[in-house]
Amino acid sequence: MPSLERRGAKRPLRLLIVDDSNIVRRRIERSQQFDELEVVGAAANGVEALDLFKRTDPDLVTMDLTMPQMDGIECIEKIVQLKPEVRILVISALADKATAVDAMEKGANGFLNKPFTDRQLNEALAELLRGR
Amino acid sequence: MLQEQELKTFVDGTTNYFEVAAQQPASVGSPYLVTDGTPAMHEYTGVISVSGRREGIVYFTAPKAMLTVLLMKMQENDFSHENMRDLVGEVANTISGNARRDFGNEFVISVPSVLAGERAELPVVPGARSFVIPINWRSHSAKLVVTLK
Repeated sequence: MPSLERRGAKRPLRLLIVDDSNIVRRRIERSQQFDELEVVGAAANGVEALDLFKRTDPDLVTMDLTMPQMDGIECIEKIVQLKPEVRILVISALADKATAVDAMEKGANGFLNKPFTDRQLNEALAELLRGR
Repeated sequence: MLQEQELKTFVDGTTNYFEVAAQQPASVGSPYLVTDGTPAMHEYTGVISVSGRREGIVYFTAPKAMLTVLLMKMQENDFSHENMRDLVGEVANTISGNARRDFGNEFVISVPSVLAGERAELPVVPGARSFVIPINWRSHSAKLVVTLK
């Protein structure tokens, strides 16, 4: 298993999963292979995500973009305001460059297209962590 | 008239889902045209609306049996009605994402909606004909329907 534990920290890295699809949320939760990564919450929209973010203080977030109530782009902006050092991996079916650029400009650190394999997810998470 | 490249974008979005999410490619059957009425639907349908250079709807409709096996292949063990709806929504979401990438601003593509039931009511597209593309996967068959004018 790759080691992703935060340098000098005892607690595992905390992951918040944000996606309006129950299947995708469970898939991310199930497929992440890192022992040192702890899933601290799963949200189905941006409003729920912000609430969970404040309560769980995650280090990493996987973020869908197309969601009801508050979309992923708006949620990224708000999350980055709360914790600028958080690392955000966008996981979206929106495959156009403009969307990816927009998300990165708002504060995302990586982009993974749906659908994805377990391997692609783990590589994207590892890449996200390398930037820490 | 619908262009072959436009159809290909929608077909690729659909088959890509099976290939990546289930790690088992789907094959495409012989397309046919329905000029009178609406093509038959299966139990679960994910729909996207298109406007701009073209207008109409594109939908993926699949039988419960196919979706159940697809969920199994994705290591999912919840075969509830909600998860079936969720799954066709994700396939439609992928089709939508592919179309946005390939067509850019020429097409305005909606967020997918999901219908359940073989008699669910689809939005009417007056004056448009429906291209039906069978999507075959394992022993199951679904349909991708492109109704644009």
